[in-house]
Amino acid sequence: MAVDSFLSARNPEMSLRQKIWQLNWGMMLLLSLVAGVGFAMLYSAANGSFEPWASAQMMRFGLGLGMMIVAALIDIRFWFRYAYLIYFTCLVLLGAVEVMGDIGMGAQRWIDFGVVRLQPSEMMKVALILALARYFHGLSSEEVRRPLLLLLPTFMALTPAALVMKQPDLGTAGMLLLGSGAVFFCAGVRWWKFALLLAAGLASGPIAWQFLHDYQKDRVLTFLNPENDPLGAGYHTLQAMIGFGSGALTGKGFMQGTQSQLNFLPEKQTDFIFTMLAEEFGLVGSLTLLSLYFLLLCYGFAIAFRARNQFARLLALGLTTNLFLYVFLNMAMVMGMFPVVGIPLPLVSYGGTVLLTVMGSMGLVMSCYIHRDMRISRRGTAEA
Amino acid sequence: MLQKNEDNERQRSFSRRALLLGGAQSLLLAGLAGRMYYLQVVEADRYKTLAEDNRINLRLLPPPRGRILDRFGLPLATNRQNFRVVMVREHAGDVERVLNALAQLIELDEHDYKRVLREMSRKRSFVPVTVRENLTWDEVSRVEVNGPELPGVSIEMGQIRDYPFADSMAHVLGYVAAVAERDLTGDPLLELPGFRVGKNGIEQKYDLALRGSAGTSQIEVNAYGRVIRELHREEGKPGDELVLTLDGGLQTFVHQRLMGEKSASAVVMDVENGDVLALASVPSYDPNLFNTGLTVKQWNDLVNDPLHPLSNKAIAGLYAPGSTFKMMVALAALKAGIRPDHRVFCPGYMTLGRSRFHCWKRHGHGWVDMHHGLQHSCDVYFYEISRKVGIDNIAAMARQFGLGEEVGIDLNGERGGVIPTRDWKLANIGEPWQGGETLVASIGQGFVLTTPLQLAAMVARIASGRQVIPRLTRGVRADGELPAAENVPPPQFAPLDLPAEHLRIVREGMDAVSNDPRGTAYRARIKEEGFELAGKTGTSQVRRITMAERAAGVTKNEQLPWRRRDHALFVAFAPVHKPRYACAVVVEHGGGGSTVAAPIARDILLETQHRDPSGRRSLPIVATSQIAERA
Repeated sequence: MAVDSFLSARNPEMSLRQKIWQLNWGMMLLLSLVAGVGFAMLYSAANGSFEPWASAQMMRFGLGLGMMIVAALIDIRFWFRYAYLIYFTCLVLLGAVEVMGDIGMGAQRWIDFGVVRLQPSEMMKVALILALARYFHGLSSEEVRRPLLLLLPTFMALTPAALVMKQPDLGTAGMLLLGSGAVFFCAGVRWWKFALLLAAGLASGPIAWQFLHDYQKDRVLTFLNPENDPLGAGYHTLQAMIGFGSGALTGKGFMQGTQSQLNFLPEKQTDFIFTMLAEEFGLVGSLTLLSLYFLLLCYGFAIAFRARNQFARLLALGLTTNLFLYVFLNMAMVMGMFPVVGIPLPLVSYGGTVLLTVMGSMGLVMSCYIHRDMRISRRGTAEA
Repeated sequence: MLQKNEDNERQRSFSRRALLLGGAQSLLLAGLAGRMYYLQVVEADRYKTLAEDNRINLRLLPPPRGRILDRFGLPLATNRQNFRVVMVREHAGDVERVLNALAQLIELDEHDYKRVLREMSRKRSFVPVTVRENLTWDEVSRVEVNGPELPGVSIEMGQIRDYPFADSMAHVLGYVAAVAERDLTGDPLLELPGFRVGKNGIEQKYDLALRGSAGTSQIEVNAYGRVIRELHREEGKPGDELVLTLDGGLQTFVHQRLMGEKSASAVVMDVENGDVLALASVPSYDPNLFNTGLTVKQWNDLVNDPLHPLSNKAIAGLYAPGSTFKMMVALAALKAGIRPDHRVFCPGYMTLGRSRFHCWKRHGHGWVDMHHGLQHSCDVYFYEISRKVGIDNIAAMARQFGLGEEVGIDLNGERGGVIPTRDWKLANIGEPWQGGETLVASIGQGFVLTTPLQLAAMVARIASGRQVIPRLTRGVRADGELPAAENVPPPQFAPLDLPAEHLRIVREGMDAVSNDPRGTAYRARIKEEGFELAGKTGTSQVRRITMAERAAGVTKNEQLPWRRRDHALFVAFAPVHKPRYACAVVVEHGGGGSTVAAPIARDILLETQHRDPSGRRSLPIVATSQIAERA
C-alpha cells in the first residue's frame, strides 16, 4: 500500500488554496523585517551602495522567499518520506568537499557546481534535523529509553559533525551537535545520558585540543583574553567590542559608524555585521533586532507545541533551535562572549547558502504549521 | 487507541522538555541583552574613547625654524627649500623599474637604491618613501618633465637649514642635526622623522626659541592608516627670528683675515655696550654638512684634526695672556700706591733668591717707568712692581676686568681660565705660593690662563672704564615696526671701581705701544688719521727656555717645530682718543705678538672702524630676556 493512501485516512487532503490561506504571514513579515535590517546594513557596509552586497542579497532573499513558500506548501509527508534521502545526499556532498572542495577562507567549505556554489555543511544543518525527526518519530517513548536504539541517531549526528570538523569548521560542527542534542532531548532521551555525554565531552576536551588547528587554538585563547594580543588574533574581537560599545544608547547614525566605515571591523558584511548595526543604531537597534529574532523563535516554538505529530514537533523544534544557535552564537561571538567561530547572523549577514538554508528551514517550520493536524504513523508504513 | 495514548504521552514529554529548552534559550537571549546593556550603556564611554583613538590621528606640523640674523638683519642661518623625490609603492607598480628609470634622470647611488627598496618593502603601500633629498633645480625639472614615465614618483618640498656663510659663522651659529636619543625631552616634535635640533652654538643655546611650536592636524584614518580626511587643523607658531650682535660683513672679514694662519681666533666688540661684532676661530668647518648627516670619515676627520676645527678657540681656547696681562699688573700697582713715575732699572734680568728672571730684551731697557714699561713691555719693570704688589692684588684687579672666569656669553663650551692666587695654588696644587711665581704671573705666564674673549672684554673695560659684559644676542626680531620707545636700548654698564686717572695712564701706555716709534707694535699701527689704535702685544711661551739654550742664544721661533712656537697675542682698542671698538687676536704658535698678531688686529680694527657697525642703525628687536620666557 502506498504511504500516501495509508496516511490519508484521518488526514483529509488540503487544497492548495487552503494551504496558502494557512501560510504563516506573521512569520513571513518577521523574516522580511530581519532581512530588511540586513539589506540596510549591507548598503551601509558598502559605503552607501547597493553594490556589491545589498542587491545580491535582495535577489537571494526573493529566491529564498519563493523556496520557503514552496517548502511550506509541500506535503509534510513528502519531507518525512525523503528525510533520509536528503540526509544521505547532504552527507555525500559533505564528503565530496573533502575531495573537490574549493579552499575558501582557509577551510574547505564550498562545493562548486558551476552555476551555484554550495556549502553542504549549511544544508546539513537542516538535513540532519529532518533525518533525526523522522527517526525519533518512529520510536515509542519506551523505545527511546533503549540505548541500543540511540546508537544509530548518535552515529547520524556524529558523522557529519566529524566531517565538518575536519574541514575545519568548529562552529558548524558545534551547531550540528547542539541542534541534534535538542532533538534528542525533546524526543525524550533520558537526562543521565546527556550527563554522560557531557562528561565524555569534557573528558575528551584536552584530547580534542591536540587536534585543533593553531588558528583555532588562537581563537579560543584570544577569547579568554582579547587584550592579550591586540594586533594579532585578538584584534578582531577587540575592534568588534569597541565598535559595539561605542554605539552606546542610540548609535552613531546610519552609515556613520566609524569602526565599520573605516574598516576597523573585520568581515563587517558577514560575521560581524551585528557589530555594525550596534555601532550605527546603538542599544536601541541591537535590542530591536534581538527582539525580532525572539519573536521568530517564539513562533517556531509555538508551532512545535501545536503540532499533532512527533515528526512535525521535532522538526519545528530542531529547526527553531538551529535558528537560535545561529543567533546566539553569532551575537555572543561579536560581543566577545564566545570565541570567533565563523557563524553568520541568519538573514542579515551576507552569504547565499546560509540565507537560503535558513529560509528553507523556516519553510519547513511553516510546513509543520500548515500540516499541524496531520497524523503520521509511527513507522510511516502501513499499519492496521 | 494504543497509538493515540502513546502519542499523547510523547506529546506531554515533548512539551515538558521543549518548554525547558525554550526557557533555556530565552535565558540565554536575556543574557545577550544583558551583555548589550553592559557594552553599550555601562562601558559605552570607554569604548567611545577607544573608537575615537582608533579613528583620529594627531599629526604634528613642524614649524619653520626661526632664522638667525646679524645686527642689521642679514640672514646668517635661514631655511632653504629642499626638494626631495618621493615614491609611493601602490602607484609605482613595479618599484624596481621605476627606480631604474629615475636613476637615469637623477644621481642615485647604490646605497640610496637599496635603502629605498628596503623601506618600500617594510612600509605600507601608500606611505611615501623618500628616494633622495637636496635635488638641484635641473634634477627637479627633469623628474617633472618625465612624470608620465615615473608613476608614483613626485617631488616634495621641505625645508632644510642653510648657512649662507658656511665656515665663517660655524663657531657662533653651531649647527642643527638629527635628534639623538638623549635630546628627547617629551616634546613630540622631536620624534618627527627628519626633525633637526640645534647641536652647537646659538642653534643649541636658543634651540627652544628657534624651534617654535608645532601645529597639529587631526586626521581621520582607516584601519590601514590611510588618511580619509582632515578634521581640524591648527597652524603652529614659527620659531623666533633671533637677532645677534654680530656684523655679518665684519665677521666674514675677520674670518678671512685669520685664514692666513693655521690656528687662530679673534674677537671684536663694542667697548660701550658689549656687543660682540665678530667672533671667529680658524680652522672652521661647514655647518651645512651636519644637516644631511656626516659620513663616519668626515666626522672622524673633524674630530681627529690636530687643529681642532670643531673647537671655538675664541671662547674655549685657554692661553697664557703673556704681556697683554701687564695692564692688570700696572693697574694693581697704581691701586697699591705705586706712582707711575716710579722707575726701575732693567739690566736684562732680575734675580730673586737663587733664580734669575730674564727680560725679553737680553741687554735690558735701562731705567723704565710705568709708561715705558708698557710701551717697551719691559719684563723686569713688571717683575719688580709685582713683587711689591703681590699676587693677590694683581689677581683681584684681573678679576675686576673679567679674567679667569666665564664671561657668560651665549654659547656652550665657554671656559673660565685661571687667575692664580695664594689660596688657589694651595687648594688646587697643594703647595704654598712661591715668590718667583708672582714674577712669572706678572708677565702673563705660569698659571695664568685666559680666553681671547676675556682679553677682548678686558680691553673693552680699559677703554670704556665700565664693567662691560660681552653679549652675542640682541633679542628677538620685532614683528613689523616697533615704536622707537619700545625698541630695546643697548645695555648700560656701571663704571669700574677705579680712578679714571689710572685708566688714562694705562691707555696712554697702550697708545705708545702702537703710536710711539719705539713702541713694540709701532710697525702694526693704523696710519689713517682718526682711526689710530692703542694696543698691547703678547707672546706667550709654550716651552721653557733652558739656561743652556739661553747661553747659546735663544732659538728663533721660525726654527722651531710649529707645536713648540710661542703663541702670538695682541689686544687693542680704537680709535685711540675716543674708544669704541676692542679687539683681541690670538694666533696659536704664531711666533711674536708684534709681528704676527698685531697686523691682524690692525686690519680688523681698521675694517671695523670703516664699517662702524655701532654707528649704524640696527634692526629693532624685543629684549633677550623675552627669549627665555618664550622658550
